[in-house]
Amino acid sequence: MSKSTLVSTTVNGDAVEFACPTDESLMTALRDRVGLTGVKEGCGTGDCGACSISLDGRLVCSCIVLGVEAEGRTIETVEGLSQNGDLHPLQQNFIDHAALQCGICTPGFLVAAKALLDRNPNPNESEIRYALAGNLCRCTGYDKIVRAVQATAKDMRKKGRS
Amino acid sequence: MAHDNSYVDKKFNVVGTRFNRPDGIDKVTGKARYGADASAPGQLVGKVLRSPHAHAQILKINTSKAEKLQGVKSVITFQDLPDLTGGDQGMADILENCMARGRALYDGHAVAAVAAVDEQTAAKALKLIDVKYKKLPHVTDVDEAMLPTAPVIHDRIFTRGVEPKPTKPSNISSRTEMGNGDVDAGFAQADVIIEHSFKTEQTHQGYIEPHACLASVNPDGTSELWVTTQGHFVFRNVCAGLLGLDIAKLKVTSSEIGGGFGGKTHVWVEPIALALSRKANRPVKMVMSRDEVFRATGPTSSTSIDVKLGAKKNGQITAAVAELRYQGGAFPGNWAMLACMTAFACYDIKNNKSIGWDVLVNRPKVAAYRAPSAPMAAFAVESAMDMLAKELRMKAIDVRLKNVAREGTLAPYGPTYGPIGIEDTLKAVKAHPHMRAKLKPNQGRGVACGFWFNIGGQTSTDLNIGVDGTVNLAVGTVDVGGSRSSLAMIAAEELGIDYEDVKANIADTTSLGHNDMTEGSRGTFSSGMATIYAAREAIEVLKQRAAITWGIPVEDVAWEAGHAVATGKGHGNLPKLSLREIAAKSGRTGGPIAGHNEVTADGAGMGFASHICDVEVDPETGRSTIVRYTVVQDAGKAINPDYVEGQFQGGATQGIGWALNEEYIYGADGRLQNPGFLDYRIPVCSDLPFIDTKILEIPNPSHPYGVRGVGETSIVPPLAAVANAIANAAGVRMGHAPMSPPRVLAALDAMENAG
Repeated sequence: MSKSTLVSTTVNGDAVEFACPTDESLMTALRDRVGLTGVKEGCGTGDCGACSISLDGRLVCSCIVLGVEAEGRTIETVEGLSQNGDLHPLQQNFIDHAALQCGICTPGFLVAAKALLDRNPNPNESEIRYALAGNLCRCTGYDKIVRAVQATAKDMRKKGRS
Repeated sequence: MAHDNSYVDKKFNVVGTRFNRPDGIDKVTGKARYGADASAPGQLVGKVLRSPHAHAQILKINTSKAEKLQGVKSVITFQDLPDLTGGDQGMADILENCMARGRALYDGHAVAAVAAVDEQTAAKALKLIDVKYKKLPHVTDVDEAMLPTAPVIHDRIFTRGVEPKPTKPSNISSRTEMGNGDVDAGFAQADVIIEHSFKTEQTHQGYIEPHACLASVNPDGTSELWVTTQGHFVFRNVCAGLLGLDIAKLKVTSSEIGGGFGGKTHVWVEPIALALSRKANRPVKMVMSRDEVFRATGPTSSTSIDVKLGAKKNGQITAAVAELRYQGGAFPGNWAMLACMTAFACYDIKNNKSIGWDVLVNRPKVAAYRAPSAPMAAFAVESAMDMLAKELRMKAIDVRLKNVAREGTLAPYGPTYGPIGIEDTLKAVKAHPHMRAKLKPNQGRGVACGFWFNIGGQTSTDLNIGVDGTVNLAVGTVDVGGSRSSLAMIAAEELGIDYEDVKANIADTTSLGHNDMTEGSRGTFSSGMATIYAAREAIEVLKQRAAITWGIPVEDVAWEAGHAVATGKGHGNLPKLSLREIAAKSGRTGGPIAGHNEVTADGAGMGFASHICDVEVDPETGRSTIVRYTVVQDAGKAINPDYVEGQFQGGATQGIGWALNEEYIYGADGRLQNPGFLDYRIPVCSDLPFIDTKILEIPNPSHPYGVRGVGETSIVPPLAAVANAIANAAGVRMGHAPMSPPRVLAALDAMENAG
């Protein structure tokens, strides 16, 4: 058993502490110690984006961040997307547009798509495709994912105006 | 009970519309539980030690140091998995593939395994296992493996299908030949003959979720396995057989599956996890790394194929021959045989012959990958079709239409086709606006066709009606592409109730009869058929309960639009009873209301597709970009068009990845050099345009709703569609897939040098 370090963070708005060995990834810490298994492991090498989270507002692959690096920082995962029992518009549009099949990549896509829309509420198709190029999906061919993000951007702009 | 599975033309209320999937909310909120998302009290972490050599004798395995490490609870080698297969060579191969028995047969072959209290301890323990290897000569290329000088992987393999029986063992496990007519006579009639050779590299299904399971074996043999799989009933039977467990005592629950595409039809770490758990008497969780997934699961074959076509000046093909060499990894497979069956299946060619060679190499044991073996054969045949059209100065699509298979055509692999959709897909392609869209400089357009058999198979389904009138549908085929949605729609259609009132679940192995894998595009076809029959059985019960309620003979009760209706003379004034009303009274009219069905679903309708691909080739770099893509496929009947489109788009994209980028690269040392998503590059979002789809519906006469499987055919045409587009864009015929930038650039340079 390796020696653990205590890490204090804010996860999805709540204060969370966990203890993990210094060589453990943040992905593993979130999954196995915090219980957020919506953070998915597809590769463990930062190539597939299934473990995407927001760390202090920046989109990262949590598999190539150490758990101890999260000390004092703010984390957002897919589990924090829906607020007050309502699905985030991205979540609803992914369902409505059949933008998921097996769903293993979906949490990472949602986190990455939210990061895009947070900084660019009106992305064109090409901007969406490049913003999501770090997330691998093997089921959908990305077609319905891009459409779901386009629909969300449109919905959120409309809502923003009203 | 026998059921009539004939297609009946009817108006649907639910089927054919678009409903959201019942697993959607769990999947967008992170609640859905996949293979790696379960845990059990006292669980250990299991890890596998793998061979670093392509081929090596294992002289000695010393596990004593690992066993002594604090926190290690069990260490196993092949000696902990005694051979109980009793002469079943197929099972013996599975066992040996799960863990090497005296010889490591490929880079990544499992040699030993440990279970420890945590990941770090298990990793440390692996390093303490001392394995003495003696390296043996290896071979990884399919053509080299067939040479008489190649190192022989198994001295028990004597080529089947050749006369006289070989006296020496070789890497050729079997030769297959099939076809119709007289090809020599056919070629003698030809005005034009095309001959070309092709190669395709090995690709992986590339599901994003690595294999993962949680196993628990008690000393009395009662066991549980939570696992990501395409078929938990088959996993149960195989694991029970390998470990000597009773089938009924091993409960296997399928997790949500994070992609399979054929790759989760075979066991790898599951028997190891069970053996580790049995030895430690603790639950053991195992999650493969991506490196392990690439090196040690079941990718598809690499191939080498020769095609020869002869035709009259009018485009009529007089003869066709293909010789197909497929490697199956370090164990015998039947992949070349499947290739023979599919190669010319789109066409009505009087004289045709396919010869298949199944070959062993020092690579992982090949598993199914979406329409297994068909994409490579189609790459060769559909490329040759375009070469033939060019030679004949005909449009490529017209040559295909001239020779297209129809109802009544004798298929190369034996059967005579019933109603099939290949001609309709070609006509739809010809009429599609995509075919008339203008191309820019360096762009070209290609068309290709594809075929897949589709299968049915053993299926068992339960339908239980709750007292509030909502319905649980328990199915045994794992949902890989949205089948819970389509099966709930089918149940709602039959019962005449709302889709929202049906909840489909995947039942564990203790709750239903045996179900075959979700493979061969059979999930919605087979479980759909079983769901229809189960619902019809439930309707009979509902009618009986209405008859009891009314005090009339059941013969006088009909089921219409979700209601029991009294039809006999003298019952005219009885108000109809809804399913909900009958369910509410079920406790007083005879108890729970259910329907059940076990069936071996026969008559899976063949799947045919034609694709259009526009590609732009960069003459400076050789990089090819897909600029437009259209899939036209016959679905028989699209239950939920959203998910049918999803299958078309996903399959096409996998085929595009295979065509342009994906390949296993082995070094001279026989080790895989790119076991990760960085170097094994699957298509990303920015690589692709929208994938347009057109669903055709030519009903399958052997399914009550006309359903054909739709999951696999879409991966068959893309390799050739891309190759044909590149040929039209850049003037080079690419015979080697993937058509990666270096290969295309080399071909462009060679063309330029040839002047």
